[in-house]
Amino acid sequence: MSGTFVGMPAFPAAAREALSDAQLRRNLAHATSTIRAKRAAVVGEVDEWEELRLAGAAIKDNVLHHLDEHLLRLERSLTERGATVHWARDAAEACEIVASIARQHDADEVVKVKSMATQEIGLNEALAAHGITAWETDLAELIVQLGDDLPSHILVPAIHRNRAEIREIFRERMAAAGRPAPENLSDVPRELAAAARLHLREKFLRAKVAVSGANFAIAETGTLVVVESEGNGRMCLTLPEVLVSVVGIEKILPAWSDLDVFLQLLPRSSTGERMNPYTSMWSGGTEGQEAHVVLLDNGRTRALADEVGRQALRCIRCSACLNVCPVYERTGGHAYGSVYPGPIGAILNPLLRGVGVDEQTDSLPYASSLCGACFEVCPVRIDIPEVLVHLRSQVVDAHRAGPPKGEAVAMKSAAWVLSGARRLSWAERGMGVAGRVLNRLGRKVMPGGRRALGRLPWPGSLWSNARDVPAPPAESFRARWRREGRR
Amino acid sequence: MSAREEILGRVRSALASADRTESPVPRDYRTAVPPGDIVALFAERLVDYRAELTRCTPDSVPAALAAALGPASAVLVPDGFPWQVPGAVADTGQTPVELDRLDAVVTLAALAIATTGTIVLDHGPGQGRRAVSLVPDLHVCVLRTDQIVPGVPQAVAALSPDRPQTWISGPSATSDIELDRVEGVHGPRTLHVLLVSP
Repeated sequence: MSGTFVGMPAFPAAAREALSDAQLRRNLAHATSTIRAKRAAVVGEVDEWEELRLAGAAIKDNVLHHLDEHLLRLERSLTERGATVHWARDAAEACEIVASIARQHDADEVVKVKSMATQEIGLNEALAAHGITAWETDLAELIVQLGDDLPSHILVPAIHRNRAEIREIFRERMAAAGRPAPENLSDVPRELAAAARLHLREKFLRAKVAVSGANFAIAETGTLVVVESEGNGRMCLTLPEVLVSVVGIEKILPAWSDLDVFLQLLPRSSTGERMNPYTSMWSGGTEGQEAHVVLLDNGRTRALADEVGRQALRCIRCSACLNVCPVYERTGGHAYGSVYPGPIGAILNPLLRGVGVDEQTDSLPYASSLCGACFEVCPVRIDIPEVLVHLRSQVVDAHRAGPPKGEAVAMKSAAWVLSGARRLSWAERGMGVAGRVLNRLGRKVMPGGRRALGRLPWPGSLWSNARDVPAPPAESFRARWRREGRR
Repeated sequence: MSAREEILGRVRSALASADRTESPVPRDYRTAVPPGDIVALFAERLVDYRAELTRCTPDSVPAALAAALGPASAVLVPDGFPWQVPGAVADTGQTPVELDRLDAVVTLAALAIATTGTIVLDHGPGQGRRAVSLVPDLHVCVLRTDQIVPGVPQAVAALSPDRPQTWISGPSATSDIELDRVEGVHGPRTLHVLLVSP
């Protein structure tokens, strides 16, 4: 696995490869079932959970519907409190801003708080091109970075790795990045975490520039909020002289008081805890620190323009939808070809990038069985199945030009047959004859006693490779009604 | 056109045909309070996240502090911390490297939240700047029972965004390896709360 998502195959091909990795499937099944149980337990403790979800969705919708005003308000409050505000249309512009701030301070390294926005823009690679090393300090991000790997989960980017694999990565790679792993490092999680503590501490203590994201940005007060667990966030946010926060424009909450909804929704949905160990909040330059905030578009205004898809911008990146998704649980995150995997990734990536541009993005709205579990757990009630279906129609529309595909021809023919009573009756009669023959040939019996066909010849094999195809009924409903229904 | 003007322009055109009526935000959750004694609930939830807890009275705080600090010989004591502490070191603006040589830190707190077992520091008197309660490996926090609020809404209402804040729920922790929770990563590996009843 190389450290880039660029050029990843479309979802079906990537998923097939992931499914053949038994270790990956074991790691994922263990991790997702653990976190599902934790979330369910702590959400069950909150009687007013449904009301909090409604409040969360309404607050976010109100922000999105007046995003221009909230952005200006946020800019004003940040500036009044001593922060410098930058605006970035896209990934390249955002990376350039961060690099130039680091260069102004003669920094050849920065420490990083785990941040989805900086991953989305490929900040580490861009900084490397400027000769600046970005050190990931979240344990899972460190595992991914040292392993020259890709993140596969929003909350736990190394969810696809087990303890033995992590031990090997630490033993082989830590030395090249700084303090080596201790001799005789075992694969006990406590020891692995202690090794990361030692390895990263020297970086925290010497760093001059830190880069963070923000979970929330309060327009009214210019307050940024970072929730985390390990303390690496606090290290980055408080020790360096300069802090650059890259914030997606959809991260805004109108007022300080709105935090009472989101600080209940996020930890319980995300790590399955009543509260995450550490939350830092600061408004502008604090304790003498030089504070920069980069407001990032990078496709968010494109998503905002999509009337149905707009709701995806409510997302608070909790990853509850990943943990309940039957597709994610089996394929893992890499198959989605993006830092945003799982159900939210299947809608967010096409919304941010647009459909009809590349095959990989266009394959994502189909990476779902539409079971709806993601909507049920979403703390801000994003109707992911609704958006998936909406995006599928956009993908189909984007590919209307050119010779029609087999599926389109089949659907057109079916429409022609189904739209005329005579045509349908002839088709039914034909199916009846086929059914009588095939019912005798079908060797498999499905639950309920109906016979099933074995493997069909191509192109039917594409369908029958993974499914039992029931033999057609020997008689249609209409024929049976004519025979005995009127009695 | 500047990036600022362009992004604002894109936002406005994206919303040009949107229904911009305000969605009503239900706020009944703000009146929900946990049943029973919130001090007991706070104590239970704090310990559940592997923090250590000592109940004491105003008179027994010095002894409890000495016991909680144990063999720690260099203890950072922020300005405004009202008790004497053995091995006290004043905050003179130590660098991160200097803070790393200290054994422990003692602080007060702004308030605490019962339902989540959280203590909140707003870095006022007796609480120190943000780094002092982060770098040393042992954090002893003295909290009065009347500082405990029932839930998150009451805490947000009582706090001011004019001050930086650190919300702390148990010691530093990670679940990044197989979703197994491990306490003690970069923040203090031990959080010890002295809960003072009148």
